[in-house]
Amino acid sequence: MNNAIRHTWVVSVALFVSLFAALSLIQVVFSDDLNSDSRNSRQTIADAGAPRGPITVDGTPIAESVPSDTTQYDYQRVYNEPELYSHLTGYFSVVQGRASEAGIEGALNEEISGHSDSQFFDRITALFTGETVMGAQVELTIDPELQRLAYDQIPNDQRGTIIVTDLRNGEIKAMMSKPSYDTNELAVHSSTEYQENMERLDEQEGLHVNYNVAVGRPIFPGSSFKLITALAMLESGDYELDTELDNPSSIDLPQSDRTLPNFAGGNCAQRSQAELNWIFAQSCNTPFAEAAMELGEESIQEAAEAYGWNEAMRIPVYVQPSRFPETTSDAELALSSIGQASVTATPLQMNMAAAAIGNGGTLMKPQLVDTVRGSDLQILSNPEPEVLNDVMDESTAGELNEMMVGVVEEGTGWRADSGRFQVAAKTGTAERGDDTGTYNSWITGFAPADDPQYAVTVVYEGIDLGTGTDLTGRQMLTMLEAVIDE
Amino acid sequence: MKSQDHEAHPKPRRNVELLLLLIALTIGIGAQVLVGLNLEDTIDQRYWTEGGVQVGLALAFHIALRLRAKYADPFILPIVVTLNGLGIAMIHRLDFTNQYDGVADRQLMWTAVSMVAAIALLVLLRDHRRLRQFSYISLAVSVLLLFLPIVPGLGQDIQGAQVWVSIGGMSFQPGELAKITLAIFFAGFLANNRDLILLAGRKVGPLTFPRLQDLGPLFLAWLIALGVLIVQNDLGNALMFFGLFVAVIYVATSRISWVAIGVAFVAVGAVLAYQFVWHARNRFDIWLNPFDPEIYDQAFGSHQLVQGLFGLAHGGLTGTGLGSGSPQVVALANSDMIIVAFGEELGFLGLSAMLVLYLILFSRYMRAGLGTRDHFGKLLAVGLAMVLVLQVFVVVGGITRVIPMSGLVSPFLAAGGSALLANWLIVAIVLLISHAARRPIVVGPMLNTTGKGASGTEDPLRGRNTGEQQPVSESQGSATAPALKEGDS
Repeated sequence: MNNAIRHTWVVSVALFVSLFAALSLIQVVFSDDLNSDSRNSRQTIADAGAPRGPITVDGTPIAESVPSDTTQYDYQRVYNEPELYSHLTGYFSVVQGRASEAGIEGALNEEISGHSDSQFFDRITALFTGETVMGAQVELTIDPELQRLAYDQIPNDQRGTIIVTDLRNGEIKAMMSKPSYDTNELAVHSSTEYQENMERLDEQEGLHVNYNVAVGRPIFPGSSFKLITALAMLESGDYELDTELDNPSSIDLPQSDRTLPNFAGGNCAQRSQAELNWIFAQSCNTPFAEAAMELGEESIQEAAEAYGWNEAMRIPVYVQPSRFPETTSDAELALSSIGQASVTATPLQMNMAAAAIGNGGTLMKPQLVDTVRGSDLQILSNPEPEVLNDVMDESTAGELNEMMVGVVEEGTGWRADSGRFQVAAKTGTAERGDDTGTYNSWITGFAPADDPQYAVTVVYEGIDLGTGTDLTGRQMLTMLEAVIDE
Repeated sequence: MKSQDHEAHPKPRRNVELLLLLIALTIGIGAQVLVGLNLEDTIDQRYWTEGGVQVGLALAFHIALRLRAKYADPFILPIVVTLNGLGIAMIHRLDFTNQYDGVADRQLMWTAVSMVAAIALLVLLRDHRRLRQFSYISLAVSVLLLFLPIVPGLGQDIQGAQVWVSIGGMSFQPGELAKITLAIFFAGFLANNRDLILLAGRKVGPLTFPRLQDLGPLFLAWLIALGVLIVQNDLGNALMFFGLFVAVIYVATSRISWVAIGVAFVAVGAVLAYQFVWHARNRFDIWLNPFDPEIYDQAFGSHQLVQGLFGLAHGGLTGTGLGSGSPQVVALANSDMIIVAFGEELGFLGLSAMLVLYLILFSRYMRAGLGTRDHFGKLLAVGLAMVLVLQVFVVVGGITRVIPMSGLVSPFLAAGGSALLANWLIVAIVLLISHAARRPIVVGPMLNTTGKGASGTEDPLRGRNTGEQQPVSESQGSATAPALKEGDS
């Protein structure tokens, strides 16, 4: 009997050996494969367990991680004044297991989560002290008062964007788009709640949680694109500010049965011939279309690309390239020269165009981040002002400056006229290529014209003509008067 | 090896037990305090009270052994206290997550109930041989216990398995206690009928096969197992009951043919279950293709198993440390899947150490069976050892994909009162058997049916003129003889 007991023991030990073998396979040999499985949420939980660094404006956190006892994740990402900053921060979702790429959360995820190369020594230290690695703190260039002002300006039922940048160094002082949303709704830990909230936000017309409209949605720029066509004209040497140009009320487009008219409601019909300065101020279409066809596509494209068209960049949020594609006909080129057909621009790109002119032809790279600090407040990165491109020489910039002042003083941009300083601007009203009877209404410019400091762009997408031109001009003025000291 | 322990006078070795017990308590309570420290809980009065309760219970058990079974195996109690303490610590750790709350206190309460019950059994039973007379009653009780959960109004369906009974808000798994009663029945039945089964049979090649009528009990055990499986959807217990019977009958007869027949029965049972029981087929599919997205996403799919594997992998070689992993991601993390929680937070090394503890523990159970002199005791010890081995193997094997997963819980670790009580009662019985095995030989009427020195008594000192036999029976025999007489009546 005892031999049988011993045999049973041997068999039992063999069973245990198989368990040890299986465990070593799972925990040691194949652990990397299992850890990298997309269904394995443990790395996310570990990441969510480590507090993410705060995102701050003027030292006040707009996104921070607070300890949470209510769910399996140790920290809850909390957004303060989310409606003001949702498009800038984006959101961090533990349900998705990542930060959205729409804002700083995604763009600087490595730093905020404490995984960037510059935080390597922090992680090593944490390994020995047993403390959790604190993510980096990101201070934005945003001025909270201006951001609040921009928020208050845009009506809740409109799709509008306001951008204010310091054209001397590229710092973005305000960047507000509506509709906005409560980022906290997407930072919830429950996946069902997340799904419900996401579906509800998706249904809201004009709201995009996956990208920031100000830098991620290129639309028809309309006549504001004349800043580019005008640059090409001046650089060609064939045109001066006082060059007299034919200004027919409409032209027939070549190889096409379409015509290109001047805007019927404006002052263009008063003169069938006028100098460039006046034509620009009244935003007449036909002379620019003729000039574009004369100059050829290449020179227009050259001017556009000098301003930054056709090029993506990171500020550090990804900026969708605005497009000036190769046109297939003179008719298309004519339409493109006035910001229709195949040309598109993001609000930021249009702001950069004004900023370049205001800064004497030197375009500074837009910056959204002021400083990135490690957990011990040492500075990890501190973006210096950076010249993106020398768009034009100073005298050309001066000429364009003068033309833009004319827009405000005697042209379409009269609503932006300030008693305190001279404002330079260019308006734009673009047809959207659909039958809704709504337009993209633009204004972009800078002030003071004699000592340019800030560039402001206001744009409404899908708005009726009267409301659009009214809102853009007045709001530009409000923003400028707020940002420029007495 | 066989006679090593008997070379010299057996020593009670209770002081060794006390020392090991202190280490065991340090590990268990220390783990709980570590959990508190790592999860930034304040180490307040509550920790010391709970620790004190554990110390008190362990010492009470130890004193009971000193008084009633002083030759009992000194390793069993410390190992069980270690595992039980680690289990409470991990359950306590999982109480910090939002999934569970207050389970650790309940587990401690059940530990107290179980240990008191085990001490009572130890004190009242005195000798394991008294269980022999309950052989057939045990069978009836087993059947009753097993089928209680399907009585309408009493039973509860949890996780697709009908193994729960609910009386007045308290849930209980009577099947857990059936492990003990079935082990008693098998041991008693085979100890009685062993000779008959041994003598008859037909030789085919190297194997001697039993007569058809002797297969009856095996067939009965098989039917019980299948019944448990089909009626209650409880694959784990079905496997365990049948494995228990095959092991015990093999030990009783020393015939490998029984194992062959048992394996054949399991194979037939497995095929039948796969064909006709959806639950079993589902488990089998999950076992083979857990990572298949379709099986992963379906209801009752492989989600739990796969998340368990992720947890083990996350732990890696050394583990994340107590409180630093995410064991709550896995469903039933503090009961069926508590092994995963240990694997994640203590790593391969920690979990292996715990498996080694199980290995030592069941080896000590077997050792008790080897040492004891009566057939019933041997068979019972082996049966109870197999209950332990099979529980561990079915649980850990299921989690690690060695075998299909089924709903058994890790002995002493998992949250759950019924299993804890059953396993502690088993400890009491095995301690009594080991006491009988190691205690000095007493020549009494029970041991020696055909006279002193006859075969079957396995008197270790027989045939040796050591001069030790006399003093033993005189000095210590007087203390134990009354107990034997009671047990024999």
